[in-house]
Amino acid sequence: MDNYLYREEILDHYKDPHNFGKPHTFDISSMQYNPFCGDEIELFVSTEDDTVRDIHFKGKGCAISLAAASMLTDFAKGKKKTALTKFSQHDMLDLLEIELSETRKKCALLGWAVLQDCLK
Amino acid sequence: MKDIKKQFPIFQNRQLIYLDSAATSQKPVMVLDAVRAYYESYNANIHRGLYPIAEQATKKVEEVRQKVAKFINARRPEEIIFTKSATEAVNLVMYTWGRENIDQGDIVVTTIMEHHSNFVPWQQLAKEKGAKFHVLDMDENSQISILNFQANINFKKTKIIAITYISNMLGTINPLKELIATVRKENPEIVVIVDAAQAVPHKPVDVQALDCDFLVFSGHKMLAETGIGVLYAKKELLEAMPPFLYGGDMIREVAIEKTTFAGLPNKFEAGTINIAGIVSLGAAIDFLNAIGMDRIQEHEKTLTKYCMEALQNVDGITVFGPRDLLARSGVVSFTIDGIHPHDAAQILGDMNICVRSGHHCTMPLHTRLGVPASTRASFYIYNDEQDIDAFISGIKKVKKIFQSK
Repeated sequence: MDNYLYREEILDHYKDPHNFGKPHTFDISSMQYNPFCGDEIELFVSTEDDTVRDIHFKGKGCAISLAAASMLTDFAKGKKKTALTKFSQHDMLDLLEIELSETRKKCALLGWAVLQDCLK
Repeated sequence: MKDIKKQFPIFQNRQLIYLDSAATSQKPVMVLDAVRAYYESYNANIHRGLYPIAEQATKKVEEVRQKVAKFINARRPEEIIFTKSATEAVNLVMYTWGRENIDQGDIVVTTIMEHHSNFVPWQQLAKEKGAKFHVLDMDENSQISILNFQANINFKKTKIIAITYISNMLGTINPLKELIATVRKENPEIVVIVDAAQAVPHKPVDVQALDCDFLVFSGHKMLAETGIGVLYAKKELLEAMPPFLYGGDMIREVAIEKTTFAGLPNKFEAGTINIAGIVSLGAAIDFLNAIGMDRIQEHEKTLTKYCMEALQNVDGITVFGPRDLLARSGVVSFTIDGIHPHDAAQILGDMNICVRSGHHCTMPLHTRLGVPASTRASFYIYNDEQDIDAFISGIKKVKKIFQSK
C-alpha cells in the first residue's frame, strides 16, 4: 500500500511486537499513560553494570506507539545506559524513519519517555 | 439539498470529504459575506454610540437576539444571553445560579453521556459545596430513559439536572420533553440545564415545549463563526442570578461606594461582546431557516441510515449508540477490531477524509463503554451519499493496510 506512515516495518512491529510481555525478573520498570488516546506503555529493564542487558515492554495503543516501543527495545538492548540517556527525542523519531505530525509525535515518543524515566 | 455544497467556499477543494461537523461546521458564503459587510460598512462598538454606524451595529445585535429567541422559541429576546461558547454558558450558570443555590447535602445530577463541558463544572461545584454528584447511567438503547430518571433520581434532594439533548459521541437524542415533564411532576423546584450544542444546529428546538430552565449552544457548530455561544434562561432565573463578569456594559450606575447592575440581558454581557460573531450567527440562522430545520433533520437521518447500513457490511466494525434511527442524530462513532482509532483517523485523514478520533471530550462515557477512544464521523447539510461512499471505501483501505503483510 502507498501509505508511508504505515510502512511495512511499522505494521510488522505493531502486529508482532518484539520483546513484548512482562519478564520474570527485571531491575527497573516504569509506566506512562497518554490520557488523550488511552495509550499506555510499561518498560521492564534489566541492567548489568552500565549496560541494558535486557528490555521488555507491554502496553496498548496505536500502531505508532506500539511499533515505536518495539523498535526502541530492539535498539536499547545491549547499549550503555549513559549512551541511552543521550538518545534524544529527535534520535527516536529518526529511528522510526517516518514523518509525523505534532499530534502523532506524542505517540511515537511515549516509549522513549518511559525509557528515559527508567534510566533516571 | 443538492446544491448546498456549492455555497460553502471550502468545498471548492473537491478532494475534501468533511465528516467532522460535530466538532465544527463549515461556513457558507452568506455568513462570510455578512461578517465582511459588518467590518466593511458598519463596524462600531454597540450601545451609546450616537452616530449612524454605532446605531446600526447596536440594532443588528438586538435583531440577532430576537432572531435567536424566535429560532428556539424563547418567550422574550432578553432570555438570550450571548457568550463566547456553549462551555462559557454552562460555566456562567454554574458560577452564578450554582454557587448561590447549591448547598451541602444537595444532589447535583448529570449523565454518563455528557460532554466534559456539562460534566466537569457540575462535578467541581459539587466538590466545592459538599454536594453529592450523581451521574446517571444510560439504558441498553444508549439513551437516558424516563424509567432511568424515575428509578434513580432522588427528586427531593436534587437541585439541578444537567443533561445533553444529543450526545456528541453516541448521537443519542434523549427524550428531553418527557424527561423534563417527569421532573416537573416529581419536584417543580428542580432546575434543568440542557446542553443543546449538538441539537440546535440539527433539529427544531423549542425551549417552551421542552420547558427547560437553561439551554446552551454554540454558533460555530451551526455555520456561524467561532467565539459566539448562547445561553437561554427563563427570565425569572436570570433576574435572580448575580452577574457573572463585572465590567463595562453590565452596569446601570457606578459610584465609589457601590454599583448597580444593568437589566437583562446586559447584566450578563460584560465587556465588548463578539459583535462579528453575533452578525455571523444571525446570517447562519437565516441560512438554516431558508432550508428548514425539519428538512435538515430529515437529510441527516437519511445519511445516517445510509452510513449505518454501509458499515454493517464491513467486518469488524462496532458502532456505538442507539440502533433505533429515530433516537439518533447524524453522529456515527465506531471502532475497528485490531485498529486503534488514531490509526484509522490518520489513514482516512491522509486521504482527505476528515473524521475525528479520541475520546471526543467524553472520557466517562468511553470508560463506561470500555474503550479508550473511538473514531467519529458526523454529518451536516452539505454532506451527501458520495461523502459516505468515500468514507466507507476509506475504512476498507484502512483495514487493507492493517491486513497486508
